Amino acid sequence: MKIQSIILGETEASESEILTFDNGMPGFENEKNFILLPIEGNEVYQILQSINSKEVGFITANPYLFTDEYNFNLDESTVEALNIESEKDIIVLTIVTVKEPFNTSTVNLKAPIIINTKSRKAKQCILENADYPIRYSIETNLQKAKG
Amino acid sequence: MLVLSRKKGESIWLDDQTEITISEIKGDQVRIAIKAPKNITILRGELRKEISESNTEAVKIDNFIDFLKHEKK
Repeated sequence: MKIQSIILGETEASESEILTFDNGMPGFENEKNFILLPIEGNEVYQILQSINSKEVGFITANPYLFTDEYNFNLDESTVEALNIESEKDIIVLTIVTVKEPFNTSTVNLKAPIIINTKSRKAKQCILENADYPIRYSIETNLQKAKG
Repeated sequence: MLVLSRKKGESIWLDDQTEITISEIKGDQVRIAIKAPKNITILRGELRKEISESNTEAVKIDNFIDFLKHEKK
């Protein structure tokens, strides 16, 4: 299937790669289907692209590239909603808010994206009880992320 | 939207498993007790709003295109 992305233009993806967000995401409750698109020549960032709205695309990254201290328990509602059977099926991503210049960009550690690669279900989890910032500066860890 | 008036100690049920009780009223503050199954997500409205605002800001990714172009040079 063809996916329209504001960043990558038209790109090809397999329907089996679609991630289902049953309730969308806060602010984007009607966007239920996304796809994770790689960026050619860039290993750090991926685009979480809505398959229905080309203007809805998030830059995402592995949060552990920016912080070592990031631990949280998934609540039962998430485990149930995503049909999580094993921890090894899970991918955790953080949403990047891109700023100018790029090194002032931030990542949202308060509300990670949890993906169950087995069921292809995903959710943005809000970690109400954990003291992580919504806007965590990537500046200090940017060199590390560039690897 | 349904709007109901409740007094201290009175409650509201959502379906058969979730009960919301007004436990205390003090000035302009109300304490609410929620009894719900574990698979129900409960969030303060202002936190969800903040996440929503952060998401809305994050989809503005024009800058990222410039960043990528710059990286390729």
